[in-house]
Amino acid sequence: MAFLTDRDQDAVRQEFTKLAGPVKLVVFSQELEAAELCRQNEALVREVAALAPDQVTVEVLNPVIDRERAEGYGVSRVPGIVVEGARDYGIRFLGIPGGYEFSNLIDAMIVASSGEAAISAETKTALAGLTSDVDIKVFSTPT
Amino acid sequence: MRLAQHMAVASDRVRATAIEATEFPELSRSYRVSAVPKIVINDRVEFEGALPEAQFLDAVLRAAADAA
Repeated sequence: MAFLTDRDQDAVRQEFTKLAGPVKLVVFSQELEAAELCRQNEALVREVAALAPDQVTVEVLNPVIDRERAEGYGVSRVPGIVVEGARDYGIRFLGIPGGYEFSNLIDAMIVASSGEAAISAETKTALAGLTSDVDIKVFSTPT
Repeated sequence: MRLAQHMAVASDRVRATAIEATEFPELSRSYRVSAVPKIVINDRVEFEGALPEAQFLDAVLRAAADAA
């Protein structure tokens, strides 16, 4: 089943003209845990990746089988997605990114591809002064 | 999520996780999510709804100061 309409695909292709480098989507799936959601998540990610095949790669991990790597990413729940650019910037999506989160997934790919955050210089300076880790969770619903 | 993920790219200290609340009801319950978007920083500072960048940053810095 296709998730993206032709119109969605055109819009994403247009956004992907902003990709500045390679992006890797690391997908976490585990059939025993949430088979249908994991299948849908993986299918959506593959549809998105297919819109910029030269720049976007997909890797699927099972947090049980690939435990060490999943722990390295700090992902224990499925379905999940890590958005990586030149390195892992710490961007994760838990659950199928629908609705607003779909736009955010595309935006995450674009910002990860360049490593250039679109925030103010003041914010960047303040963040550069952080001396402890900051974990931001954003709960949302698809609609 | 947009601001959070840009902050994650800007700082190695910041991690941003978008969580689909209906798919993770136990997480949503433990973080008392009743309206979305709900943002929880370092399990300490939380707010609902979108904030302008400066106020979002204030929340991040407050959470980080609590942790230090």
